[in-house]
Amino acid sequence: MTRVHDMGGRFGDGPVDPQDNATFAQDWHARALAVTLACGALGQWNIDVSRHSRERLSPKDYTRFSYYEKWMSALADLLVEHDILSVEELREGQAEGPSALADKMLKAAQVANVLSAGGPSERESTIKPTFQVGEYVKTRKRAGNENVEGGHTRLPNYATGAVGQVVLYHGSHVLPDASAHGLGEAPEPLYAVAFSSQSLWGKTANTADEVILDLWQSYLEPV
Amino acid sequence: MPHDHDHPHSVLPPEPALRIKALETILTQKGLIDPAALDEIIDTYQNRIGPQNGAKVVAKMWVDADFRADMLNDPMPRLREMGLYGRQGEHMVIVENTSEVHNVVVCTLCSCYPWPLLGLPPGWYKSDAYRARVVREPRAVLAEFGLSLAEDQKLRVWDSTAEIRYLVAPERPKGSENMSEDELIALVTRDSMIGTAILPEVSA
Repeated sequence: MTRVHDMGGRFGDGPVDPQDNATFAQDWHARALAVTLACGALGQWNIDVSRHSRERLSPKDYTRFSYYEKWMSALADLLVEHDILSVEELREGQAEGPSALADKMLKAAQVANVLSAGGPSERESTIKPTFQVGEYVKTRKRAGNENVEGGHTRLPNYATGAVGQVVLYHGSHVLPDASAHGLGEAPEPLYAVAFSSQSLWGKTANTADEVILDLWQSYLEPV
Repeated sequence: MPHDHDHPHSVLPPEPALRIKALETILTQKGLIDPAALDEIIDTYQNRIGPQNGAKVVAKMWVDADFRADMLNDPMPRLREMGLYGRQGEHMVIVENTSEVHNVVVCTLCSCYPWPLLGLPPGWYKSDAYRARVVREPRAVLAEFGLSLAEDQKLRVWDSTAEIRYLVAPERPKGSENMSEDELIALVTRDSMIGTAILPEVSA
């Protein structure tokens, strides 16, 4: 079982609005993005922890919140979970005192370097790739995190138990299922795997269509 | 593992603009964020990094065969040289549209997008409707963008489920044969690099 964010294939959302074009539709959207990135630069969590904090919003909140409301609500939750802010401080809108992490604050002069340095996820791994480009593989039957109940994973529900063909090998990358939960980076081989749309959605899908996903080796088994 | 029912965010003000203001105030008082750094981040993604970066790459692929080969093989060294490396663009893969194959990119699980080449994503890319539907009925979604593909043209939907970021290189439009690289850059649209548009023929 995965969570509310895992919506690929869902029915009922209505048309896409191509006119909904803005990067920041409101000024506070930009502030929410910037505060989130600045807090990330404190180095207290990684991108997988951060994604999982958004996924852990209640389905009700996830659905009713706009995009950047999800970001800032998840950020508030993370700050409290990491003892960086207290619930009392959030409630009062006032700090109770300076933070022990203040020496890690991102300064304006560092922004360009931090953004251009990025955060690559490719790593050396002791796990050897077992699949070749061109080979057929099957995704595991359940999408959920194998080791943490309700935990983070990047195998969407719609692509479980499906047979596809490896089209690219990306090297070994940090495994989000471990990295989101303090279980180390656990890097392993990552592949792009192509699935015919008919194999995912049935005979109503166009035969000329395919969906390609990036999947870690532990999500896959030989056919 | 924190419990699902603990949601500290619920004590913040309900109005979103006030909610982020409250967070910003507390974090600034605690010495954890520098308002000048926030302005710098916003300026970067509002004014400096955007689809014009991806357009440079695409136009160069059209005029320089060696560059195109590098982009399709392993784009990272050349992208670094061009200053187009950075957060959310650490591992780029560029896929090319042709008369046989059309590519379109999505992130069904969140909103992964190649920031250094396209900037931050537009509202529709992050919408539930796009995320939910483009993997299941891509042709219907493309039609909502005014794009209809031939029934037998192959369509590949790339769901960005890892830290690999995908950029679509659109086909060079007819009528652009005599244009300079700079003129070509101006033809390349954001949506054509996500795959929800193709580039129209250039009239003489």
